[in-house]
Amino acid sequence: MSTTDNSTPLVKPALSRKDFVSNQEPRWCPGCGDYSILAQVQKVMPDFGIPREKIVFVSGIGCSSRFPYYMNTYGFHTIHGRAPTIATGIKVSRPDLTVWMATGDGDSLAIGGNHLIHILRRNVGIKIILFNNRIYGLTKGQYSPTSELGKKTKSTPGGSLDHPFSTLSVVIGAEGTFVARSIDTELQHLQAMLKRAGDHKGTALLEVYQNCPVFNDDAFVYITEKTNKADRVLYLEHGKPLVFGKDKNKGIRIGKNFTPEVVEVGEGPGQVPLSEIAVHDETVENPSYAFMLSRMEWPEFPVPIGVLRNVIRPAYEELVAAQKERMVATRGQGNVDKLLRSGETWVIEPEN
Amino acid sequence: MEQQTTQPSSPPPIQVVESVVIRFCGDSGDGMQLTGTEFTRASALALNDLATLPDFPAEIRAPAGTLFGVSGYQINFGSQDIYTPGDQPDVLVAMNPAAFKVNLPDLVPGGILIVNTGAFTAKNLELAGYPHNPLDEESLGQRYRLVKIDISKLTALALEDSGLGTKDAGRCKNFWALGLMFWMYQRETERELRSIQEKFAKKPELADANIRAFKAGYSYGENTEMFGQTFHVRPAKIAPGLYRNVTGNSATALGVVCAGQLANLPVFFGGYPITPASDILHELSNYLNYNVTTFQAEDEIAGVGSAIGASYSGSLGVTATSGPGISLKQEAIGLAVMLELPLVIINVQRGGPSTGLPTKTEQADLLQALYGRHGECPVPVLAAMTPSDCFHTVIEAARIATKYMTPVFMLSDGYLANGSEPWRVPEMSSLPKFPAAFRTDPDGYMVYGRDPETLARAWVRPGTPGLEHRIGGIEKHQQTGNISYDADNHHQMVKTRAAKVAGIAREAGELITCGPPEGDLLVVGWGSTYGAITQAVHTMQKEGRKVSSVHLRWLNPLNPRLGPYLKGFKRILVPEMNNGQLVRILRSEFLVDAEGLNKIQGKPFKVSELCHAIAERAPKVQN
Ligand code: SF4
Repeated sequence: MSTTDNSTPLVKPALSRKDFVSNQEPRWCPGCGDYSILAQVQKVMPDFGIPREKIVFVSGIGCSSRFPYYMNTYGFHTIHGRAPTIATGIKVSRPDLTVWMATGDGDSLAIGGNHLIHILRRNVGIKIILFNNRIYGLTKGQYSPTSELGKKTKSTPGGSLDHPFSTLSVVIGAEGTFVARSIDTELQHLQAMLKRAGDHKGTALLEVYQNCPVFNDDAFVYITEKTNKADRVLYLEHGKPLVFGKDKNKGIRIGKNFTPEVVEVGEGPGQVPLSEIAVHDETVENPSYAFMLSRMEWPEFPVPIGVLRNVIRPAYEELVAAQKERMVATRGQGNVDKLLRSGETWVIEPEN
Repeated sequence: MEQQTTQPSSPPPIQVVESVVIRFCGDSGDGMQLTGTEFTRASALALNDLATLPDFPAEIRAPAGTLFGVSGYQINFGSQDIYTPGDQPDVLVAMNPAAFKVNLPDLVPGGILIVNTGAFTAKNLELAGYPHNPLDEESLGQRYRLVKIDISKLTALALEDSGLGTKDAGRCKNFWALGLMFWMYQRETERELRSIQEKFAKKPELADANIRAFKAGYSYGENTEMFGQTFHVRPAKIAPGLYRNVTGNSATALGVVCAGQLANLPVFFGGYPITPASDILHELSNYLNYNVTTFQAEDEIAGVGSAIGASYSGSLGVTATSGPGISLKQEAIGLAVMLELPLVIINVQRGGPSTGLPTKTEQADLLQALYGRHGECPVPVLAAMTPSDCFHTVIEAARIATKYMTPVFMLSDGYLANGSEPWRVPEMSSLPKFPAAFRTDPDGYMVYGRDPETLARAWVRPGTPGLEHRIGGIEKHQQTGNISYDADNHHQMVKTRAAKVAGIAREAGELITCGPPEGDLLVVGWGSTYGAITQAVHTMQKEGRKVSSVHLRWLNPLNPRLGPYLKGFKRILVPEMNNGQLVRILRSEFLVDAEGLNKIQGKPFKVSELCHAIAERAPKVQN
């Protein structure tokens, strides 16, 4: 089991999944992918060994942002798009707390896009779970910034005209230090990714492909359906070659200009030896490799799942605390009476 | 210049005056701010009461010699209480043609006009847009007491063998002018010489040069006997104590630091750069060793959002902004109302709407502070009256915020923010503490359970075992805090939030009044108009008019004593630097025929304007 930077020694008996279940009944639609994500989060929470009271779940607005109500920790359901700002205030003022954030594609990539890029740039120690269902659920089915081009929805009866974001391209472009992806139906994988995100210092962003059976059913069926999955999903493992396919016979070779290509792996004619297949290294400082992965989309490519990027950069709250300490060290703990009397002063003596 | 008595005495005769307004003006590179602050200190040490107003160019780096590059510093000092930096200068010291052009229209007729003729070169005249030298006009000397001095040359002469280059020597001319003014108002020079030495300690040759220039200016006055007289402003009655000058923004920043200490809370300040509030962020960023954290956010929303996050976590969350920044923050302020978390929102009002007049003052955000959020969303609103009052106002805002678990608006404005006045510095030990109380007892905890008196809910810091709970912007059950869409519950919660804020009226204290509680006219003001209104009301009272004033520190809730007080007067006049905002509130709250007096020029009221309006409404009474 891994521990996080904020772990405090346990005094009480270890917690179990049930300890993280609140008394509130989830109100998502039946079959919603959010249930699975909630269950996996509750499942992995005890593994961090952090007492419940030290954990805060923050969210914005949207279906997924109901998340904090269902966690038996501290929880803060904020306003649309602004969760990163409030989470930042919490983490910077209280680095001892473990702060998770639940958000959706509309919440964090449309109305809250500005805050998302800046929390990533600063590398504030927040663990962000971005539920991407490629649709607006709570407002009943409009296209979102991750909806595919031409999507027909209530607000786009003629098909959407907006080019979509690749969430993780945005995240890498915004200097994200931990960038990962999982799928609501991939329970083991999702748990593993949550644990990795939870262990990261700085901002961890985990995108979870989440099915919205009501307004965007089967949005991810092209990669979740059993028969095709192996051919369409690329599981990333640090230090392992980028191979996929039922028979593990396909791989990614990186060509000129960081252009990936799908090749058949093998020693035979027309095949490419394993030695030429890219080996996954999530720790490369240069973001180009991770960015390349974030651009890979079916049908041209298999969809990468796992940790795309994991680099170390000081967490913002640590820098803030260190700067404060330096000021205290050089100037001493502030004396307010002295401060008020600083600068040019003069004394008016009492008249005798 | 208000003349009082003339005391003939052998040379030079001294004329005693009650108060004087001097404006130093020149190019932004001429050191006028320094000249002004030095003269201010000397006046303070001479025990004069005073108020000052610096006037910086709006352009960041205006070209030298141009009209945009003019910088000024006005000081009003006197032997009586001084409430404003003065309507119009009695004495204008103009260091170049551009400053002359911009400032001359403000000089009182017959006022003393001192010009540095040395700067009236062909090039400078052209930069100021003068086809001819305006000093050649004969009428100038008839309209003002014109004193033409080639300060540039005289300074250069004084520094001839100082070893300084002409450029550096030229920079000393502000001290020459300062020396002259020291002679005119018979200021103590010893301390000034020391101060120059201290200021330029790292460059002794400059200290020496400035001292020489200063002494040369002083001797010039003495030897030439410019006016054949000097002026004396008698000491005012000033409470003993330690004083400093303070601007509104500086007082606000200091107040925030003190509020944190008095509340025994770390301070978290989240803000975004905006004129004229940025100085609060700058100043606080220097006070990190006072248990202060500052965060320059990516936008105004993030500024307030981070402050809310910090408040939720047990800090004193503070944000400051101006103009458009307030509009942007309103949604988040609504969240803080819903969550019932403490938050101090400082609004340094500026001219609007939209980008408006960023560097000019206005009081047009009152209604926005009161009503600018969606839904029924009451927030307490306090307004500062003078630059130093910003200190006490922001502390009061923090006290209310933490005691009642509510966001609180503190209204300042551009005039207070940049204006300064001497401030008798309080001892921390004299300021009442209000240590914040956090709930730690899980027994019987209800997230929206309330204190029966204040109606405040308990403040629980995350990290407290057994008190894990969820809150958010959705309407919540009036006890458990769980999401509730119940109709009666919502009705009840809206009423309760309103009652909580209304109940803060018990904190309002005595009304701030000037004059008897009845008469022909009551002037009702709020915010930075305090100085001008008070001065005008004093003046009009002396003329025998039955006028009083009341100044509102509390805009929401209103002071409960206000309603009865209004009844003592035949007429009510409400001067505001907006199109009529408080006046609407008074009319609707109290059903009185209050009348607005509105000035929306980005400039404060002149005392004379207010006197005029008062005179029109309150006749002189013969006694
Ligand atoms: S609308 Fe879609 S995303 Fe929202 S709760 Fe229902 S199924 Fe889930």
